[in-house]
Amino acid sequence: MTSELYRYAAPQAFFPLAGKLVPWFSILAGLLALAGLYVAFLVAPTDATQGEAYRIIFIHVPAAWMSMFIYLVMAGWAGFGLAFNTRLSGMMASALAPTGAMFTFVALWTGALWGKPTWGTYWVWDARLTSELVLLFLYLGFIALKGAIPDPARADRAGAILALVGVVNVPIIYFSVQWWNTLHQGASISMTSAPSMAATMLIGMLLMALAAWMYSIAVTLARLRKIIIERERDAQWVRIQRNAA
Amino acid sequence: MSDYGFYLWGSYGMTVLCICLEILFLRSKKAKA
Repeated sequence: MTSELYRYAAPQAFFPLAGKLVPWFSILAGLLALAGLYVAFLVAPTDATQGEAYRIIFIHVPAAWMSMFIYLVMAGWAGFGLAFNTRLSGMMASALAPTGAMFTFVALWTGALWGKPTWGTYWVWDARLTSELVLLFLYLGFIALKGAIPDPARADRAGAILALVGVVNVPIIYFSVQWWNTLHQGASISMTSAPSMAATMLIGMLLMALAAWMYSIAVTLARLRKIIIERERDAQWVRIQRNAA
Repeated sequence: MSDYGFYLWGSYGMTVLCICLEILFLRSKKAKA
């Protein structure tokens, strides 16, 4: 089992596996999104105080979760690559960054559109909002830094350091609503207490979160395949594959 | 729902647009071989 896992640490072995996994994760993401949207718009009741505008949370909360989770995974892979000098780790971090940035942007955008009818403003320089904006800049900085260094090994090392330093921002985002007086409400779901929202709202949100998760895996694996081909272009197995195509 | 249509469409519309752009960009990106 362990030797199997080691085998897939080689880009050459992981490339076909990623290709096989992409359609499955894509289908799963589509089905979960359909189920989530059905619950979000046709099953979940109208909120007592926020009316219909609250239905934005079915996008906003999963996007915000994914923005933080993807950053942690990205920094984890980058750090692993830095420590053990594994080629695939840096590529994995590169493949995750654009999707993480996309979810961060979606979280900020939908948050603004939820804030206007609920708080009366699109934006405030509140701890939660500002730290999430910093996360977007960290993603963009990571992508730009890696793109600016032509040597992939050096780019991976520099990117890893930036990603690891930026990890400090994730707990700041998560706990900002507890540490400071913010306009943003507290955590939507807590591990230690019963959910305060209706069960159907919670189910809709979890289905959408799972859909976002599956989508992220599918897109990241597809992007990883492009990065592997680009970086390993001089390897014999890529040349053989290119000639066969 | 009409009172909040702008905010709901704005949120869901932008999300769909972002996903479509990400997939289109990914599919069109040629590896620099």
